[in-house]
Amino acid sequence: MRNVYVLGTGMIKFGRYPEKTVPELGAEAALIAMKDAGVTIKDVEMLASGNLYQSNAMVGQRILQQVGQMGIPVINVANACATGSTAFREAYLSVASGMYDIAMAVGVEQMGKAGLLGGGAGGSDPAYSPEGKIGSGLMPAVFGQNGIEHMRKYGTTMEHFAKISVKSHKHATKNQFSQYQNEVSLEDVMNARMVAYPNTLYMCCPTGDGAAAAILVSEDKLKQFAAGRKRAKIAASVLTSDPWTERDLTLPDVNTLTKRAAKQAYEKAGIGPEDLALTELHDCFATAELVHYENLYLCKEGEAGKFIDEGGGVHPSLGGKSPVNVSGGLLSKGHPLGATGVANICEVVWHLTQDERAKARQVPNAKAGLAHVIGLGSACTIHILTV
Amino acid sequence: MAEQAQATAETGPRPIVPFLKLGAEPHLVGSKCSCGAIFLDTKRLACSKCGSTGPFQTVKLSTRGKVYVFSVVHQSFPGIKTPYITAIVDLPEGVSVRTNLVDLDPLAIEKDPKPLFDMPVEMITHVVAKDRQGNDVVAFAFRPIKH
Repeated sequence: MRNVYVLGTGMIKFGRYPEKTVPELGAEAALIAMKDAGVTIKDVEMLASGNLYQSNAMVGQRILQQVGQMGIPVINVANACATGSTAFREAYLSVASGMYDIAMAVGVEQMGKAGLLGGGAGGSDPAYSPEGKIGSGLMPAVFGQNGIEHMRKYGTTMEHFAKISVKSHKHATKNQFSQYQNEVSLEDVMNARMVAYPNTLYMCCPTGDGAAAAILVSEDKLKQFAAGRKRAKIAASVLTSDPWTERDLTLPDVNTLTKRAAKQAYEKAGIGPEDLALTELHDCFATAELVHYENLYLCKEGEAGKFIDEGGGVHPSLGGKSPVNVSGGLLSKGHPLGATGVANICEVVWHLTQDERAKARQVPNAKAGLAHVIGLGSACTIHILTV
Repeated sequence: MAEQAQATAETGPRPIVPFLKLGAEPHLVGSKCSCGAIFLDTKRLACSKCGSTGPFQTVKLSTRGKVYVFSVVHQSFPGIKTPYITAIVDLPEGVSVRTNLVDLDPLAIEKDPKPLFDMPVEMITHVVAKDRQGNDVVAFAFRPIKH
């Protein structure tokens, strides 16, 4: 496999754009990424498009109708919340394999104010919907239980989860692309409306719209187009699914597949968690972020609470260490499903290349960063980028 | 799942899921593979633990178990009364089930969740809806075992 680099990135501010279409949102990000890369649509040899809610509607091709139809191959990808990062990986593979030299990945989603995701409909008669009648499959409850499992095993408290929300909201105030950019206090988080214990409103990510894109190139094309500009290398691109575990069918096991992916990614990249300048991980809920500190080996098993109490995950400029989700994370930045995975990678790339777009929140000495996404059902992607 | 439940020829109460068996002694059933794995949510062509294509043995599951984890749901589908407790209950056969917990105060649990871990619970059934044909739809739930 060949080395692959991120030549250009594009992202629009996450939020709500009821006046726009999904292809328009994706096309905006694609144009920004191509401009950032210094390429035109005539240079792009393949497109991997990630979108979930219109996954049967040829979103990639419709994006090209907006930015230029050159007849290139298009793959439309759906992989739950890992949709965008899986599209990015398809673009990576197409260049790494030697098949193409310049590929584009776009992740886009328009969710509006959709909520209550994950509940079973029960077929043709809602009387048979299991949701709320034999437990809950709604995301806040599922991830609430993942957090409770950590409480059960290690004595983690609700305050630990709440501190994560406070941290990520503070980070978001420095990110102009974030859907929400407001600080919240520990009291605000603890006393906010309960959605599914222990996740209060501020411990749940918002739904919304957004798009992000990246141009991936081979080493030869990097030399041709980068012209001395610093560009990040994709040091590892890993995708796992959930192996059989005891309770996976009733309580989705987000831990095992993340641990497996992390081990593979560190091995492939030849670095360890101590080498990461920043991590963007899948904090769909504050409870999820806490368990992933351990799953990504940012701290030891059972010590996520201690990690938080000692300033783990907090931006160094705020006195923390091992910064996590300096973008504000899904909790503040937003989680338009198909866009999330590409946006996470954009954030890591911007820090590694001292991009203007992350200037206000730049982490120091950024040589390596990790982007992690979980799609429930389940899929896990991890990308490690280096300079 | 729902189609299977509705397609039965029986009249009267219908189970909300096919793995709930009604009658004098309501209970859950699972499909057991020779590797030991038990599945209760869907039929399988092969075992998702070991890949064996069977045959699988239908096993009657215990109506008593222990609470593993839970959450208190405050926001749900229309018609679902909140707050309520959703939980994962481990059964002695080595399979877990997703369920509502009843006869407990959800808000008290939020203040002090610890007593719920490993709490012994027993299965009950109750009518939760009427289907389009007017049949009672019966669900299972678990409640603390009273000594």
